[in-house]
Amino acid sequence: MKFKRAWSLLAAMTLGVGLLAACGQEGKDGASGGKDGDEIKIGVNLELSGAVASYGTSEADGIQLAVDEINKDGGIDGKKIKLVKIDNKSDPAEATNAAIKLTTQENVVAIIGAATSGATVAQAQIANDNKTPLISPSGTSPTVTVNDKGEVNEYVFRTSFIDPFQGTVAANFAANDLGVKNVAIFSDNASDYSKGLASSFKKDFEKSGGKIVAEESYVAKDSDFRSTLTRIKSAKPEFIFIPGYYEEVGLIVKQAREMGIDVPLMGADGWDSPILMDLAGAEALNNTFTTNHYSSDDPDGAVKAFNDKFNDKYSKAPDAFNALGYDTVYLLKDAIERAGSADSTKIKDELAKTDGLDLVTGNYSVDENHHPIKSATILEYKDGEQVFNTKVNP
Amino acid sequence: MEWLQQLINGISLGSIYALIALGYTMVYGIIKLINFAHGEVFMIGAFIGYISIAGWGLGFFPALLLSMTVCAVIGVVIERIAYKRLRNATRIAALITAIGVSLLIQNGVIYLRGAQPAAYPDVFANKSFNLFGAQISTQAILILSVSVVLMLILQFVVHKTKIGKAMRAVSYDAEAAKLMGINVDNTISATFAIGSALAGAAGVIFGIYYTKIDPLMGVIPGLKAFVAAVLGGIGIIPGAVAGGLVLGVVETVVSALGFSPWRDAAAFIILILILIFKPSGLFGKNTREKV
Repeated sequence: MKFKRAWSLLAAMTLGVGLLAACGQEGKDGASGGKDGDEIKIGVNLELSGAVASYGTSEADGIQLAVDEINKDGGIDGKKIKLVKIDNKSDPAEATNAAIKLTTQENVVAIIGAATSGATVAQAQIANDNKTPLISPSGTSPTVTVNDKGEVNEYVFRTSFIDPFQGTVAANFAANDLGVKNVAIFSDNASDYSKGLASSFKKDFEKSGGKIVAEESYVAKDSDFRSTLTRIKSAKPEFIFIPGYYEEVGLIVKQAREMGIDVPLMGADGWDSPILMDLAGAEALNNTFTTNHYSSDDPDGAVKAFNDKFNDKYSKAPDAFNALGYDTVYLLKDAIERAGSADSTKIKDELAKTDGLDLVTGNYSVDENHHPIKSATILEYKDGEQVFNTKVNP
Repeated sequence: MEWLQQLINGISLGSIYALIALGYTMVYGIIKLINFAHGEVFMIGAFIGYISIAGWGLGFFPALLLSMTVCAVIGVVIERIAYKRLRNATRIAALITAIGVSLLIQNGVIYLRGAQPAAYPDVFANKSFNLFGAQISTQAILILSVSVVLMLILQFVVHKTKIGKAMRAVSYDAEAAKLMGINVDNTISATFAIGSALAGAAGVIFGIYYTKIDPLMGVIPGLKAFVAAVLGGIGIIPGAVAGGLVLGVVETVVSALGFSPWRDAAAFIILILILIFKPSGLFGKNTREKV
């Protein structure tokens, strides 16, 4: 009896493995069709639902605008772009699954995504193994393109600048433009993004002669920050750096203002979401600053042109994630054109050579670590509006 | 006066835990079931409050009452559909069903409205004033007074009314209560209704005090309230209130000492310590197991 069951189990397993292998085979055959056909298949692996859905859906809008535009003008070298969109639900494990699906079943030539660093790092190995370029529009952590051993992820690129740069910009802005000396840092202990920004801010602010009077952390998904804010308040900082994501930052800003903390607060691109305004309220957000990739108030000509096109299609002003999604498609288009074919390995080689490409979010070059060299913008919240403050070059 | 500020922070947080813990402890007291779907009733309460304030323009008190009523109905429906037929089943079967109901409600709400958070509108002009150097907001005062009033009403219902007497009788011995002519089914439903109404109230208060609500917001407060109920002695009503307040203050103290990432861990360490050293809870009597 026992033997019989073991045999049938073994038989079932063998069958199962056979089926899987067959599937894989079929997938690979489909691949060549997709890559050499008259269309270029590009995978989109974004946070379309879940905690940071606002980033992913914004980028998807920007991507769609760029693709529609390119296809209307006859595509890339006569080939139309076809997008394959998968929702990774703001979850790194789902992002990995989506990347496997895109590379092995859909056989895309490149993947755009994910919006957050964590979900991008989760796919990096798959991109390298399957030799498919992966471009994150807004994964700002250095670990996206450089792994823990310090080796460059050959197939991974990004459109945005990196965290240390945002931290440096914030530190310089606090020290020079605001002229503060004693500051506090309140960061998200569960996020590489937040910790990366906090450490570069700390390093550069101390270098410029400032003092960190309090360094506190929270864990994503918390909703009660009053006790830690009380602790920060008693250290009497003149400025608080809060490099977090909008869901928690909205509550932190609101609770801090309620407790009578009226010093300038500053964060980075993680703040950029309409939900921040709903959570914190326009009044609490006065006297807060963010570093960002882009501002729709920027007087630059390319930005104006993009604003108009975006407004025509979606009837609203674009945010930074819209612009980064849009730019990512053009970054990829530029590499495909220079490569002369939609071959993933050639695209990767050309992406690594990108130099001085003019994009909406600034002039883009890439260094040997696949870190972009580009400018950053400082925005200020004024009565519920994000206002362009200044632009900082690397 | 940092400690006074921290004490106020802790009590505000603790009173929300206490309101949720009451529902846990009442249900456990009467049918020995840990109702893990209770945190989800709390979440639904928060959303009903949100819809009635932001969508229909109701004030705080009508929204609170509406949310409590709807949650009471939902609590009874959950009990009638999911738990009633398991009343004589093993306790583990009922417990697993409760976890199933909890997942069903979470994902049902995600299916209906998506997982993105919503922001509670400001219902009152929020002023804060100074008390011995601590900032107290009108919201914090309102939360405390609403919680205290609800707990007093509960105490009155349990000890001075007929249904309260029936609940205590069923809790003491369901069989004997039945023989004495008490309708056990209705009494259990009433317990679920009252517990769920309190969770609904806690949901609205949470939304106003903490602004952000989302479909998974019930998980952590639900577990913390469970810890609070165990801490006070599960099945004992004053124990749940005390447990909630102690837990809120302990969490705040942990953050105040600069260990904020350890806050959740502290709550669960308390649970483990209580289960090891005094499983009957702070207010529980040690009963010897009968052979």
